[in-house]
Amino acid sequence: MSNAASTSSDYSQFRQTFFAESAEMLADMESKLERLTAHGLDREELDAVFRCVHSIKAGAGMFNYARLVDFAHGFEALLDRMRDGRMQIDTTVANLIIRAADVLSELVSAAQSERAVPTDVGVAVSEELSHLLSLGLSTSGLESGSDGPETPPLRRVEIRFSPRPGLLRHANEPLLVIRELGGLGEMTTVCDTSRLPGLETIDVEETYFAWTFELTTEASDSTIGEVFEFVADDAEISLTTLETFSSEPDDMAEDEAFGLWLEPSEVPSATVEVSATQLDAGSQPLHPLAPMPTKSASLSSIRVDLFRVDRLVNMVGELVISQAMLRQELSQLTHKTIDGLEALDTLTRDLQDCVMAIRMQPVRSVFARMPRLVREVASKLGKHVRLTMIGEQTELDKTVIEELADPLTHMIRNSVDHGIEMPDTRLAKGKSAEGSITLSAAHVGSNILIHLEDDGAGLNRERLYNKAVEKGVIAEGTKLSDEEIVDLIFAPGFSTAAFVSDVSGRGVGMDVVRRNIMKIGGRIQVSSVEGKGTRFTLIIPLTLAVLDGMLISVGAEKYILPLTSIIESFRPLPSQIRVLAGGGRVAHIRGDYVRLIALNRLFDVDSAIDDPTKGLIVLTETADGTRIGIVVDELIGQQQVVIKSLQQNYTPVLGISGATILGDGNVALILDIEQLGEIKEQNA
Amino acid sequence: MAKRVLAVDDSKTMRDMVNFTLKNAGYEVIEAEDGLKALALAKAQSVDVILTDINMPNMDGISLVKELRAQPQYRSTPILILTTEGGDDKKAAGRAAGATGWIVKPFSPDKLIAVINKVCP
Amino acid sequence: MNDVTQNYEETLNTIKRGGSDSHLMQFISFRVGTEDYAVDILAVREIKGWTRTTVLPNQPDYVRGVLNLRGAIVPVFDLKCRFGQGETEATEKHVVIIVSIAERLIGLLVDQVSDILSVQPDSVGPVPEMEPGRAQAFLEGIITVNDSMIVLLSLNSLFDSVILAGTEPAEQNAA
Repeated sequence: MSNAASTSSDYSQFRQTFFAESAEMLADMESKLERLTAHGLDREELDAVFRCVHSIKAGAGMFNYARLVDFAHGFEALLDRMRDGRMQIDTTVANLIIRAADVLSELVSAAQSERAVPTDVGVAVSEELSHLLSLGLSTSGLESGSDGPETPPLRRVEIRFSPRPGLLRHANEPLLVIRELGGLGEMTTVCDTSRLPGLETIDVEETYFAWTFELTTEASDSTIGEVFEFVADDAEISLTTLETFSSEPDDMAEDEAFGLWLEPSEVPSATVEVSATQLDAGSQPLHPLAPMPTKSASLSSIRVDLFRVDRLVNMVGELVISQAMLRQELSQLTHKTIDGLEALDTLTRDLQDCVMAIRMQPVRSVFARMPRLVREVASKLGKHVRLTMIGEQTELDKTVIEELADPLTHMIRNSVDHGIEMPDTRLAKGKSAEGSITLSAAHVGSNILIHLEDDGAGLNRERLYNKAVEKGVIAEGTKLSDEEIVDLIFAPGFSTAAFVSDVSGRGVGMDVVRRNIMKIGGRIQVSSVEGKGTRFTLIIPLTLAVLDGMLISVGAEKYILPLTSIIESFRPLPSQIRVLAGGGRVAHIRGDYVRLIALNRLFDVDSAIDDPTKGLIVLTETADGTRIGIVVDELIGQQQVVIKSLQQNYTPVLGISGATILGDGNVALILDIEQLGEIKEQNA
Repeated sequence: MAKRVLAVDDSKTMRDMVNFTLKNAGYEVIEAEDGLKALALAKAQSVDVILTDINMPNMDGISLVKELRAQPQYRSTPILILTTEGGDDKKAAGRAAGATGWIVKPFSPDKLIAVINKVCP
Repeated sequence: MNDVTQNYEETLNTIKRGGSDSHLMQFISFRVGTEDYAVDILAVREIKGWTRTTVLPNQPDYVRGVLNLRGAIVPVFDLKCRFGQGETEATEKHVVIIVSIAERLIGLLVDQVSDILSVQPDSVGPVPEMEPGRAQAFLEGIITVNDSMIVLLSLNSLFDSVILAGTEPAEQNAA
């Protein structure tokens, strides 16, 4: 590494790429490791984790991050052992791997922010890694960081296998033997079909083929012999070593940094010679042996500028609208035209779904950060917490995912800090010492539902109430339902003494969480049983680009109400409506008084129905749980709309969150339920 | 005409660095992020030198070398493998598969250019 | 109305392709009430017949609402009302000129488009001082054509306060 200095200066411009890529890989690794303790890792996952550590090590080397390289080296060695089966996963190893991943991520972020890492960080883990690696292996194996010396050298052998007539009759299958042999290394196969008789004289219980294999393997003669264990008596088998590839460094070349094999070894032929007669005989024993990529189809991906995706999304939105307009225009035409239109309709919708799907990402990218967070917070507090995550593959809009990270982080931190009790407290209550937090995501209609549930102490109603009175959030003696008391945790400026600690910190409360969730058009609800635990439910739209809406009419105007905020609609009886002193109106709905907002008054719309008993009340709920009855003329219907910004060419309008274009080409405004309550009525 | 180098690595950082270095040295660089894509690229376009990482998803570097050597047009094309220090077993596997040589990561731009120049006169 | 639109578009295209002498300045002139006004032709994107707009609630009277211009939501301003002469009783014969200012698209509701003017730069004169309170700020200059005066509008100052500065029109209205 004498060239490290020039390397680090010349390649410094790629640092950002390196860190961005490392962050992606670490998040991916984190999510894979999450399954480690429960199910272990399959080969593919282990390979992916190995590649992550390996790539970080290689990249770190280019930028001369010595500590990162050293640490990654040991980590990589351990993973390599597991990959070739020399190390089995048990609880100790699994824990070590998870901790090593944490250290790795810590070292990466330290390198990124150019901050010094305390010398003791990762030392314990490094030592454990070394210790584990030295078990059952000689020191030289450890130093090379990979191959143990007991492995025979890599060599190329030629194996001839000529089954005798009895082989098939003994229920042995040459194909299985050949497959097993192929598993020992890279193999090329030549089939000798010269003994094959004409079709009319073929005996199906007879074997006519003989094979010659060239195998590049580290397996010993006896290992290869084992493959033929059951057929040895029914076949002629010979084995010749053609070439041994020594792993002695001086065999390689002159320079440590690179080298060329001046006389390249004979290139093994990867072609498989199959005779036509053999195919005619209906058996294809060679096919599975041809070297070919066997891994399952990978999830390949490309990086696309978000701007381009947005443009595409917009254009498809236009297409949907134009198509709807066309449909309306042509609705009087013949059946044939209508059939065509319907096909176009389906195609357009499918296209829109596809395009919207481009923006979709699994919530995994946010969820993946949580296990580490839980471990960190729990260990700081001396708690034992098990985090279970469900539905990480659930997809939602990239923008929404980004906005979700902060609130979710805060909520999880809260759960570990305030929800889960100390181990001895839990034991005293008859619970297991280890607390449990479950984070789950699932699609429900056009929303994603995220549950965060803990089996901790739950919310103490009395303390919540008293604190709210103390903080002036509610007046003393205010009658609140159980639900309303629990909802107090979302009130601005609310935090009980127990709600402030080192970990969760002051300043950021659940009110901020709620505001963030509202910002992306979502809602948050809480339910809690004291002593049993707390459950938060987030209801979040999948995307910010389309919306499931209810088209309503008020006079000659049409508006869209977001479907998620609508509870029900009904025509009230005159006895349900009260006019208050100030002119405002309320509706009496199942024991509650709900404020009525008449859109015609709010927006000064002429010739609309002003009397709710002649029109309709649409009962809606704002993000903070407030219910508002909106007085409208009628409901026209439910439809998915493409959200357009008013701000692109105009200023924001109070009470309006955006606009959309209806099937007839006209613009309809999308109502902002959260803001409607702030507008004064014009002509009460 | 500029010689075309196929740089194969699952790490974008590595690909970027190789691309940058060799482009400045007058090579044309095309990239692939795993062996399978590299193979497809190599079949689709003619490539003068191949530089490949070993640990990659879908198809690793060793299999890539073998696959390339099985292609008539790549029987004698220089193929270099990128290994990390101490990867002697990897080097041996690379050699057995038919690689022309190896470069150890980390490498300096000068070294990379020197090696490529050497195999691609 | 379609043929009206098309004619103007053809004319517009001819002009934008440089069909006339490129040293000349080009304006579209239109009638609002009894006066003729003009805007720089380079700002004009489209001319279309009046169609019903979607009313934006609690906005100044001269904001006639928004229309759909091939997927974009474009606000339409009533120039007559902006000049303090009352709202236009818009009919199919009225015209909306879509102009682009500061990368935003807005529509101007006018009575009719009169002409396309090609004038020498020196025939655009300054606006004389007038008594305060007049709509002078919207005026960029005066063009004299065939002895008649056409007022050149300054689009930026006409609607700055509404669409660019981001004031709260709802409050203005409520006050």
